[in-house]
Amino acid sequence: MIKGVMRPGHVQIRVLDIDEAVKHYVELVGLIETDRDEQGRVYLKAWTEVDKFSVVLREADEPGCDFMGFKVLNEDVLNQLEKDLIEFGLDVEHVPAEELKDCGRRIRFTVASGHAFELYADKKYTGKWGVSDVNPEAWPRGLKGMKTVRFDHCLFYGPNLAEVYDVFVNVLGFTLAEQVVDPEGTRIAQFLTASMKEHDLAFIHSDKPGQFHHASFFLETWEDVLRAADLISMTDTSLDIGPTRHGLTHGKTIYFFDPSGNRCEVFCGGDYTYPDHKPITWKAEDLGKAIFYHDRVLNERFLTVLT
Amino acid sequence: MGAYQVFNRTTGERFSCDEGQSVLKAMEVKGRKCVPVGCRGGGCGFCMIKVVSGSFECGKMSKRHCPPEAVENGEVLACRVYPTRDLVIECPSVAESTTA
Repeated sequence: MIKGVMRPGHVQIRVLDIDEAVKHYVELVGLIETDRDEQGRVYLKAWTEVDKFSVVLREADEPGCDFMGFKVLNEDVLNQLEKDLIEFGLDVEHVPAEELKDCGRRIRFTVASGHAFELYADKKYTGKWGVSDVNPEAWPRGLKGMKTVRFDHCLFYGPNLAEVYDVFVNVLGFTLAEQVVDPEGTRIAQFLTASMKEHDLAFIHSDKPGQFHHASFFLETWEDVLRAADLISMTDTSLDIGPTRHGLTHGKTIYFFDPSGNRCEVFCGGDYTYPDHKPITWKAEDLGKAIFYHDRVLNERFLTVLT
Repeated sequence: MGAYQVFNRTTGERFSCDEGQSVLKAMEVKGRKCVPVGCRGGGCGFCMIKVVSGSFECGKMSKRHCPPEAVENGEVLACRVYPTRDLVIECPSVAESTTA
């Protein structure tokens, strides 16, 4: 949070069928529907999140990610970062307050990998779902499916990772927690964080811009990941891979697809980082182990199936 | 026996498909690998096939991979194709990978 970017705030995901998507994210992933708007978008959150929504679903002709937004400390930070982004040479678009319901003004910019990001300072504070701010119980009753704890991060595929690094590290104050470097010294994957989490945002190199790999949701325990796997089978949901462990971040994970083919992850554990930590490096020659620590081989689908 | 027969003339494989079952699902449950499996949700374009003959119904597919003119031409995603008669299909991506 060196320059005032606090955390991932929201992601807007395009889906082919809004009803099927809502069923997936609510009944299976365990998010809670908090609102809908006149465009037909559906707003969701995980139960520990204090703001009104973190996932927005929009019905469209092709799946993928419209944008990911980060919440910053306050309006002063937002103004300063806007100036810094413009000075860096990016075009900054102003999205007025209430374009997303109960969200303040956002600034939107597209980085050289072809992905759109947003910063905002205000969103309606609704508190954690189902528990009080005073003497809170351990968890609320009535959670569904995987009972995910929070929206955690996204992974994007695209080109020009060095320029993207510049924007997030040098302009927005993220730190590089982990990287994959090829024998020529080129960074082909970068895991970036604005917090102690091993990643708030990650990129893997691909020549094709603007591709969405997954949105990830946090669970507390390995038992929860196993239970998520059970639910994926019970609902005959499309499985990608897992349960397994990543080398990168060391998170324990499972990947699956929503009904429009957008990849979702639920995971637990993972390393932590502080701004004085040196980045962890994985060698591209060992990418199999870096991604799937147990199999130690890549599954082609994980690298090439994107929306 | 499933309700319909699917013949993949790219690989010469034949498998049966139940009523209401997608071509990709039918292939997967029989352990066949003659069409690449991606997201299984009509989103990624991985399981693109060309239907040469037969009739089918289609679920929602990404317009990026299946614009209307492609669908018209029988170029569809196996995960979203539900046969209503026996099908003959081709799988261009399998043809490419075997000749590469």
